[in-house]
Amino acid sequence: MMAETGLAALWLAAALSLLQLVLGAMALRPSPAADGEAEALSRAIRPVAVAQALLVGLAFLLLIQLFLRTDLSVELVAANSHSLKPWLYKFAGAWGNHEGSMLLWVSVLALAGAAVALFERRLPERTLIATLAAQAAIGLGFYVFLLFASNPFRRLDPPPVEGNGLNPLLQDPGLAFHPPTLYFGYVGVSIGFSFAVGALVTRNVGPAFARAMRPWILGAWIFLTLGITAGSYWAYYELGWGGWWFWDPVENASLMPWLATTALLHSVTVLATRDSLRAWTVMLAVVAFSMSMVGTFLVRSGILTSVHAFAVDPRRGAFILVLLALYIGGALALFGARVGTVKEGTTFEPVSREGALVLNNLLLTVLLGLVLIGTLYPLATEAMGVKVSVGPPYFNAVAGPVALALVVAMAVGPVLRWRRDRLKEAARRLAIPLAVTALALVLVLALAPRLSVLELLGLVLASGVGVASLAPLWGRNLRRTPLFTWGMVVSHFGIAVSLAGMASNAAFTQERLVAARPGETLMVGPYAIRFDSVQPVVGPNWTAIEGQLTARRGSHDPFVLRPQSRAFFTPPTETSEAAIATRFDGQLYTVIGKSDAAGRWQLRLWWKPFVTLIWLGGAMVAFGGFLALIGRVRRARRARDREEAWA
Amino acid sequence: MKRFFLWLPLAMFALFLVVVAGKLRQPGDATIRSHMIGKAIHEFALQPAVPGRAGLSASDLRAGRPRLINVFASWCIPCRAEAAQLEALKRRGVPIDGIAIRDRPEDVAAFLRENGDPFDRLGADPRSQVQFALGSSGVPETFLVDGRGIIRLQHIGDIRPEEVGEIYAAWERAK
Repeated sequence: MMAETGLAALWLAAALSLLQLVLGAMALRPSPAADGEAEALSRAIRPVAVAQALLVGLAFLLLIQLFLRTDLSVELVAANSHSLKPWLYKFAGAWGNHEGSMLLWVSVLALAGAAVALFERRLPERTLIATLAAQAAIGLGFYVFLLFASNPFRRLDPPPVEGNGLNPLLQDPGLAFHPPTLYFGYVGVSIGFSFAVGALVTRNVGPAFARAMRPWILGAWIFLTLGITAGSYWAYYELGWGGWWFWDPVENASLMPWLATTALLHSVTVLATRDSLRAWTVMLAVVAFSMSMVGTFLVRSGILTSVHAFAVDPRRGAFILVLLALYIGGALALFGARVGTVKEGTTFEPVSREGALVLNNLLLTVLLGLVLIGTLYPLATEAMGVKVSVGPPYFNAVAGPVALALVVAMAVGPVLRWRRDRLKEAARRLAIPLAVTALALVLVLALAPRLSVLELLGLVLASGVGVASLAPLWGRNLRRTPLFTWGMVVSHFGIAVSLAGMASNAAFTQERLVAARPGETLMVGPYAIRFDSVQPVVGPNWTAIEGQLTARRGSHDPFVLRPQSRAFFTPPTETSEAAIATRFDGQLYTVIGKSDAAGRWQLRLWWKPFVTLIWLGGAMVAFGGFLALIGRVRRARRARDREEAWA
Repeated sequence: MKRFFLWLPLAMFALFLVVVAGKLRQPGDATIRSHMIGKAIHEFALQPAVPGRAGLSASDLRAGRPRLINVFASWCIPCRAEAAQLEALKRRGVPIDGIAIRDRPEDVAAFLRENGDPFDRLGADPRSQVQFALGSSGVPETFLVDGRGIIRLQHIGDIRPEEVGEIYAAWERAK
């Protein structure tokens, strides 16, 4: 019964999204005679958006309930769950598969549409209607996809005695958090896209549009940042390879929308404040959403092989490809046809805040292009019959220098004035950071003379940029500084913190890969690690070989690490659970592998100085975005209250 | 002219759609076969991977007897699993040469001490140049080269115990 209710709710939601699209199209029809009719139609569109969100939300809750009960008569539950699974993974398992994750996607999309319908007051009415209609068009495609090609509520008759279980790599608390976070981000980006389409349709691109769009972009960007940071940490501790970024197609699929959204966030600020970069901002909004769709497509269709391809199916790939062609092709065609009629706004000097933001946008776009080329290159060459794999050597070499240049622009931009500035004065404002950079250069060269250029620049710039990012606060009354300025400072500082972690990890990590017998002592970094013993352990749905390692640093108290090599029974898979000890100055990361015939065990030991800064920085970036969002929303509300007081 | 640029993104996207749609119709095969099978190996000369050992060059592989070339690395865990099978082939009279990929001499020496040393000659390929010239994309891989320097067989991944007989038979045929 529950599954049938869910399916019915999904059908109704799909019908409402069609209604929302039709209402929008009719209200926007250019027919001056039917003015009253258009108004009536536009009044109906908001409640429809809200009702649609309620229905699809209901469908999603019902799916979760089916997973919690392990209702094996539902095909999706039988294929992905198991009665022995801990409840958290039953719960998270609802979206740890293709159908469930698509339902989550469309639910979040509808919720976001409802939020726009309920709370958006600043956009001109016609643009809002066009936006909601665009949002409905996106939703409709995904409803069709769910209902016809990936129905999550399909019954299985007769039901099996037991389910297949969930991919063990996904049996991790991170799963409950990581995909929904990224989806909120992707969907938020889709709102930016709908705003852009709405603005193109109604030819209304200007500061008011930018101010209305900004909080949504900011919200999406916060979620994307959190999702990428969490995903990076998940890959770091769960895959047991000791790396925090692998340039895997799925990682790139989340990085590319983030780069585009970061660029959009900055260009939208220029548009809101100075009324420049109109066409460019619209283009970025389209690109950001295109990147998240292309990423989803590449991963879900199995066109690119990836460690993340949990749910691959070429037939579904074809379906998503058609959706891609409709949405992105449609938006780009609209862009080509309409943007020529969007007048360019005001102009500015190259040395100015706008100039720095344009440079930031160009660098971000170049970075995006480089990642996109690296991700698609294997596809292009394979079409010509040559197989290649593009990995870290390409990405680090090409993206590293651009990213460092970007960080410099990030440090300089905020101290420049709008419209026009003098280089000499800007340099004076940056005197302290420049001195810190020079000092750091001398220190690093003296203490660690054998670093590569990128590692050296990373360490040096992290310190200089870290100081420079605080510059906008100097000489200001800190209690009267607007919250969004604080947000910018915190985010920029977070980037410097993260960069410091990356550079330190790259420059100073020590690795040991050894075959050891119990009783041996191994040295890595400042630690002496004794390999005590190996014993079997049993979990709820796995067995494991657990190594016991005692680590001691100088004369400090020793502590025990227990890395495991786990074997799951349903489905039968092996994973390695790293044991990680976090200290303020880094992490000790240990992995146990197979044994050989002679009783030796594969041990991998890493000492990674300050590696945690990478994710701490990421969290700070997101927190800065959060501060800025609160600041913007509060200011907008205050402005509205003032207007209402006047009226 | 400016008009044209506005349509450029759409054109690029259309190109992407065409390539990808073509790709969807023929799903890929994830293993990478060498293009070199049945062809003569290119000239190369590798320095020894461990001081005091003989290095490896293309002329060594044209000496009239078929040989195996094992592409391995001390940092590669399946290579350790494969060591016993290489030993078994060696005992049955198959000559084996090794190429150590992106490795350090002291690590290779330790690897051979721990896992046995079936190799007659041992070349170091620190930048994977010879590996790629052989058409190999990973470690471990094993190539059978006949006495005239022509690649007869590529084995991808570690040699399992049940595959030893198969490889031995291929070596016999290549004589």
